[in-house]
Amino acid sequence: MDNVGLIGMVSIIVAGFTIAVGSIGPALGEARAAAQALSSIAQQPDEANTITRTLFVSMAMIESTAIYCFVVAMIVIFANPFWNYVITKAGGQ
Amino acid sequence: MNISPDNIIVLQIGPIALNATIVYTWITMAVIVALSWFGTRKLTTECKISRWQNLLETLVLGMNKQIRAISNQEPDRFLPIVGTLFLFISVSVILSIIPGYQPPTGSLSTTAALAICVFVAVQFYGISKRGFIGYLKHYLKPTPFMLPFNILGEVSRTIALAVRLFGNVMSGSVIIAILLSIAPLFFPILMQALGLLTGLIQAYIFAILSIVYIASATRVYEEKEQTLEKYGKGKE
Repeated sequence: MDNVGLIGMVSIIVAGFTIAVGSIGPALGEARAAAQALSSIAQQPDEANTITRTLFVSMAMIESTAIYCFVVAMIVIFANPFWNYVITKAGGQ
Repeated sequence: MNISPDNIIVLQIGPIALNATIVYTWITMAVIVALSWFGTRKLTTECKISRWQNLLETLVLGMNKQIRAISNQEPDRFLPIVGTLFLFISVSVILSIIPGYQPPTGSLSTTAALAICVFVAVQFYGISKRGFIGYLKHYLKPTPFMLPFNILGEVSRTIALAVRLFGNVMSGSVIIAILLSIAPLFFPILMQALGLLTGLIQAYIFAILSIVYIASATRVYEEKEQTLEKYGKGKE
């Protein structure tokens, strides 16, 4: 297999793995955070405002790891520097 | 497919290229300024106020309330920067329901600029509250060995702030673009509504996180003062 095909294949496989593996952890973490916050709201409905605000902020912090994986996957698929390098090399010859 | 509006060149004058990010940033700023000017033309203190004044007052009071609840300090000093960040991000998300409008926050350069603003604001408020030496000392806590980690944490949370906003807004537009090619009839509208919701939550979170960072840079000093006062009272 030539370089272009190899880089394309590896990019797509790695992008899929990135998003697949990278979304497991944040999903579990967000589920735990949401479950805990729901039970706290059920116990103390008066504090619902504070709990919801803190929940949103912590959700965003947890979710950011998944977002990093998504950004890396997008870069690997749509703005891959190695792919561009190989394409310009092939075009130059 | 473009993953950021940076690549769309609207106008090219010699070596200076005007890309879509700059154009839409200026459009967003113009919309905010025009609405604020329009709303504050006839301010009254009477019982009957105009609808626009009511809207703007609700917004400012709501932001004040949130800032006070999170930072436990008077919100007047923080409102200009945090409120502006929130308004800019949320208006750019809301405007994205207009066809053809690319939200400028979907570009990493815009979000990096906003995050650097927050980074500078944290240092500014910290120094203005605690003095130059006093602020720099907090990098040496709990021990001087933690200095590299404190600096690293400061930089990495700025990068995280930028990439989080960029990733969320960009993922919304990428998902819509992909769905348009698969199921163009009805589904993209649902995703657009979901994108509005997550975009507004992201604007809220960006503002909340920046106020949390600013408050953490200005708060430590007060706690120390209070404990000193407590000890002083205990001795008496």
